[in-house]
Amino acid sequence: MTASRDLRDDPPLLEIDELRTHFDTLAGTVRSVDGVSYRLNAGETLGIVGESGCGKSVTALSILRLLPSPPARFAGGAIRFRGIDLLSLSEREMRDIRGNRISMIFQEPMTSLNPVLTVGRQIAETVMLHQGLGRRAAWARAVEMLRLVQIAEPDRRAAEYPHQMSGGMRQRVMIALALACHPDVLIADEPTTALDVTIQAQILDLLRDLQARLGMGIIMITHDLGVVAECCDRVVVMYAGRKVEEAPVEDLFDRPLHPYTRALMASMPSMAGGGSRLPEIPGMVPAPQDLGAGCAFAPRCAFTTERCRREPPPLTAVGAGHAVACFEAERVGCITAAFPLPFQTSPSQAGASA
Amino acid sequence: MTYVLRRVAATLPVMAVVAILVFLLIHLSSGDPAALIAGDTATAEDIARLRGVLGLDQPLWNQFLRWIGRLAGGDLGTSIFTGVPVASLLAQRLEPTLSIALLTMTLAVLVSVPLGVLAAHKAGSWVDRLVMIFAVLAFSTPVFLVGYLFIYGFAIRLGWLPVQGYVSLAKGFWPWLSHLILPCVNLSLVYIALLTRMTRATVLDVLHEDYIRTARAKGLGVVAVLGHALRNAAIPIVTTIGVGIAFLIGGVVVSETVFAIPGVGRLVIDSVQRHDYPVIQSVLLLSAGMYVLINLLIDLSYRLFDPRIRA
Repeated sequence: MTASRDLRDDPPLLEIDELRTHFDTLAGTVRSVDGVSYRLNAGETLGIVGESGCGKSVTALSILRLLPSPPARFAGGAIRFRGIDLLSLSEREMRDIRGNRISMIFQEPMTSLNPVLTVGRQIAETVMLHQGLGRRAAWARAVEMLRLVQIAEPDRRAAEYPHQMSGGMRQRVMIALALACHPDVLIADEPTTALDVTIQAQILDLLRDLQARLGMGIIMITHDLGVVAECCDRVVVMYAGRKVEEAPVEDLFDRPLHPYTRALMASMPSMAGGGSRLPEIPGMVPAPQDLGAGCAFAPRCAFTTERCRREPPPLTAVGAGHAVACFEAERVGCITAAFPLPFQTSPSQAGASA
Repeated sequence: MTYVLRRVAATLPVMAVVAILVFLLIHLSSGDPAALIAGDTATAEDIARLRGVLGLDQPLWNQFLRWIGRLAGGDLGTSIFTGVPVASLLAQRLEPTLSIALLTMTLAVLVSVPLGVLAAHKAGSWVDRLVMIFAVLAFSTPVFLVGYLFIYGFAIRLGWLPVQGYVSLAKGFWPWLSHLILPCVNLSLVYIALLTRMTRATVLDVLHEDYIRTARAKGLGVVAVLGHALRNAAIPIVTTIGVGIAFLIGGVVVSETVFAIPGVGRLVIDSVQRHDYPVIQSVLLLSAGMYVLINLLIDLSYRLFDPRIRA
């Protein structure tokens, strides 16, 4: 978990640059991702946080170009992996990247594995495809991967079908599948959301442990700030298809500067007083096609001014690696300081209870 | 193993009900069966004698037991019209019918499954639309109409294939096949339409599943991904093939008539016109038995396609 934050001049492992992913629908163009930039360094874990519909999953699926097109369309920007723009690759070249250099695990372990193939075969298939291993060697690698993700009796389990396994075990299989070719980047899209709390902690521990051993960069997509506190080095907060705040993880919990980030934190169970109703963010994420001229969060924000409604706030650097897109960030920062958050004292405890 | 035995046991009541219905058929028809069989010109004595010969003067349950007993001994009775044992009559007629049925179904599966998968893969495109238009046309055009058009075009005008009739496989592969091409292509169109639509719908459904996204995220190519999808779509497709085989029994009658093939279908039509009940009964039993057997095999095949059914 050592972030190489200081090596700014090295080409980053993965760089999302002003990405715009739009969907052409009958109701018009939906700008699901509208000018988002972030970078991921080797060995680092980057958290992408936001409510449902904020575009965090679409960004991730854009990286692997797994969105059906049409309706999805890249309207601008670039996704550079080790300096190569993935958007310019052919489908054939892209297939060599998927599951090999960049892998992905999904939210639903119950439905993300093919029910009619043994888990060993599903892992072996990837290895045979990307590393040209024979059937036997690929199977041996599958068993080895199952052992690596701490599945007991991997030899026997490899010959089993997904329905014979629990949700937590299936997510371990998904991780084994994703890491079988030792990728440089692992995109984890809500990997623990569908699991119960004790299993969540185990899976996060496992990912951290595997990252220490294999050294891949991880993009952790989640709506759960507990997960972020638990395992991320840096965090990008997204709202309505845009990046609203980015900061190193301690900095973000210390000094959240965007009202949306603050609201997200306030609605976490560990932040609220015991027994009382959790504060919620009023209103809903606006549909991307309904966005006005100003800040997308303005209708739900307690700090809104005339200016917020009129023009979109630009992303502004406010400290080392900390940037925020809010005109009222200073005011928000003052209020934050008045209400110290429990994360400052014990982030790991907060993560475990989320 | 117990699963297999259970499935086999479940077919017994079905066959029993079929046997009773087939037996009662002769009694359910209006009037005196003996008079019906004897025909318009028969005298009262003739009918009485026939009743004695056929055992129709016995109580119903007694007749049923005797009939079942004979069936169990392999005696299907004697054709009233031709006087030939039904078993040997069927034996002659079975080869053409089975040839048509097997060839038609094989052709239908070989064409429709790839076509359906292609349409699903290209859903919404002009390829998909073309395939679906073909399916609707093939499904809604009467078999006999296309049959006569085929005969006129390929046999009479172009002279590529024989017009009508059937040549046994024993007399050579090509003569046999050449007589079957037109009737089988003709008859298979309906099943191609049915199976293509079914395959397309099922595969399209499966393509939206999460594990297909996983397969693509692994870096698999289009063909491998479609392979993953097809395996999961197999059960509805195989089921439809089974239903298709059931309908085939009706379809063969039309084909055999249009192409003048002396098969079981023609035998049934002739026998119905002649009130030849022993033949009708045997064919009904045979086709019901085939249907039950095919469904049993399909039930059992589910276990090959889906490991969750084995558990």
